[in-house]
Amino acid sequence: MAKGRVIIDETICKGCELCVSVCPKHILKLSETKTNSAGYSPAEMISDDCIACTSCAKMCPDCAITVEKFD
Amino acid sequence: MSIIFKKTRALTDLKMHYCPGCAHGIVHRLVAEVLEEMDEDKNTIIAVPVGCAVFANKYFNFDSIQSAHGRAPATATGIKRVHPDKLVMTYQGDGDLASIGTAEIVHAAARGEKITTIFINNGIYGMTGGQMAPTTLPGMKATTAKAGRDPQINGNPIRMSEMLSTLDGPAYIERVSVSTPAQVTKAKMAIRKALEMQKAGLGFTMVEVVSSCPTNWGVTPVKAMEFIREKMIPYYPLGVYKDVTAEEGK
Repeated sequence: MAKGRVIIDETICKGCELCVSVCPKHILKLSETKTNSAGYSPAEMISDDCIACTSCAKMCPDCAITVEKFD
Repeated sequence: MSIIFKKTRALTDLKMHYCPGCAHGIVHRLVAEVLEEMDEDKNTIIAVPVGCAVFANKYFNFDSIQSAHGRAPATATGIKRVHPDKLVMTYQGDGDLASIGTAEIVHAAARGEKITTIFINNGIYGMTGGQMAPTTLPGMKATTAKAGRDPQINGNPIRMSEMLSTLDGPAYIERVSVSTPAQVTKAKMAIRKALEMQKAGLGFTMVEVVSSCPTNWGVTPVKAMEFIREKMIPYYPLGVYKDVTAEEGK
């Protein structure tokens, strides 16, 4: 299965959790330590099991997610 | 390593003002991605509404015009007739399109104006603070229907796609949603088809997007997406309501 990673722009993320709710591998979570300038806790990757399915990026209303696929 | 998903060039770098989890951002991106893929983003003019998407012109990295409340189809009609070679779109919410702008959308559709309308149906007035819209579901609470919409007092919701599909002018009308990644992909395909049919000069095209308003519905963004699937879609069934190309093929 393809491997990849997501890069989340923490300054843009509004912590809506839509990406967290659709991730089939459950590797996204809202940060418990970080807060951005707008006061939201941004989403972050909590494991390396990303399969580069782009489900999170498709649901992100703020275009905060970039997805990379490892070749 | 390759980048397989990144922000499209047809959106600006500006941070969107929408509430967390608002589906406007998803639909903005879909419109922009389709235009980039068709390489038409420098050849498009979009008429934006009054409502939450009033600032959409700041996020779309292509030409746009601000219309009077509900009058985006009239504005787009004028633009398309002067610039028949451009792709002309309107982006409207349910208060804008189904309430104050009902006359404009019905007549633009009836005339078969060669424009594409993106209709965001989230069953509530967003910008003004959660008042009842023409599309609010029976029993759904709004600030002007505290106990929930009562059809005996407040009337019944309007299904715009069904209504407009009875006219002869529209070439393509589809209702989609964005509550799951699969629905987002389908919504993008519908927007692409509508724009391609406009390019082919077939007539009026509209994509209705069953959308969410977590803030005014008073739920989390994730619960709002569940509400779409459980309550909105049964009342507003997804599907193609009019497609002249399919009719030709019969």
